[in-house]
Amino acid sequence: MKALKFIFVGIIFGIVMSKSEAISWYRIQEMFRFQAFHMYGIIGTAVTLGILIVQLIKKFNIKDYAGNPIVIAPKEKGFVRAIAGGTIFGLGWALTGACPGPLFVNLGYGFLTVGIVIIGAVGGAWLYGYFQDKLPH
Amino acid sequence: MDFILQPWSWYMSGIVIALVMFLMLYFGKVFGVSSCFRTFCAACGAGKRIKYFDFDWKSQLWNAWFLVGAIIGGFISAHFLSSGNPVLISDATIADLKNLGIAAPTGMQPDELFGLHVLASVKGWLILLGGGLLIGFGTRYGNGCTSGHAISGLSNLQLPSLIAVIGFFIGGLIMTHLLLPYLLP
Repeated sequence: MKALKFIFVGIIFGIVMSKSEAISWYRIQEMFRFQAFHMYGIIGTAVTLGILIVQLIKKFNIKDYAGNPIVIAPKEKGFVRAIAGGTIFGLGWALTGACPGPLFVNLGYGFLTVGIVIIGAVGGAWLYGYFQDKLPH
Repeated sequence: MDFILQPWSWYMSGIVIALVMFLMLYFGKVFGVSSCFRTFCAACGAGKRIKYFDFDWKSQLWNAWFLVGAIIGGFISAHFLSSGNPVLISDATIADLKNLGIAAPTGMQPDELFGLHVLASVKGWLILLGGGLLIGFGTRYGNGCTSGHAISGLSNLQLPSLIAVIGFFIGGLIMTHLLLPYLLP
């Protein structure tokens, strides 16, 4: 089953995000008020180790499970889309206290009203697709 | 066993998130959640009329499986790994939130925003649906969210990701300090 390995990684993600309280609206408020180190510690540790992992992958040409080289496609360039899209997402992140991953973890945790946020997010993605040609990138 | 039931530290969390990112790379994919919203629109047939959704969405199903796992992981945490204690935010945050009409934590999420009673309130719906719209539109416009930009992108030293993360904070600070006082119920 191809799907099983992704479900497995998702379960690890769901457990760690909830056990470290990173799915909590309170923690996101605390972060945007600079009143604790917790969220910065999580993101900082993950990014520091992430940089190390990616450098090691590149240096030693580490292959994936199927034997193919691991390639990370560079993110598309575009200052306007990154800053404007990022800012719009930031507004939603601070309002609902969840980025996309934690939305689904919260659903599993038992907060069914988060389903409304997910429906809104799908609608937001649709709106972007609809107006894509008219937006500056 | 007790340490599993207690909240996990930030360094433990950071290490495991980096491991998640590595495992996704090892399985031939790049960790990034928000593209699932595009995939979902495409799976519902939006590609017939809008070019952005006209792609082989079945090739993105792995991301949906990851999210199925994330839901299961949340369920496991809540039912088998939780001490049920309130989130341990700082006293300063508790005081700030009290001024906004949000009581001190009694669990993972504020009942004022996520309790089932919000289904009976127009403002409750507007906050959740509107917040979702901003998340979906912003992440697709900006081409990534916390996982794709802040974790995967920054780990790969991508400049667009750094710009996007700065945007996340501009938006988050505007919402937290300027807008939230007017929006909360």
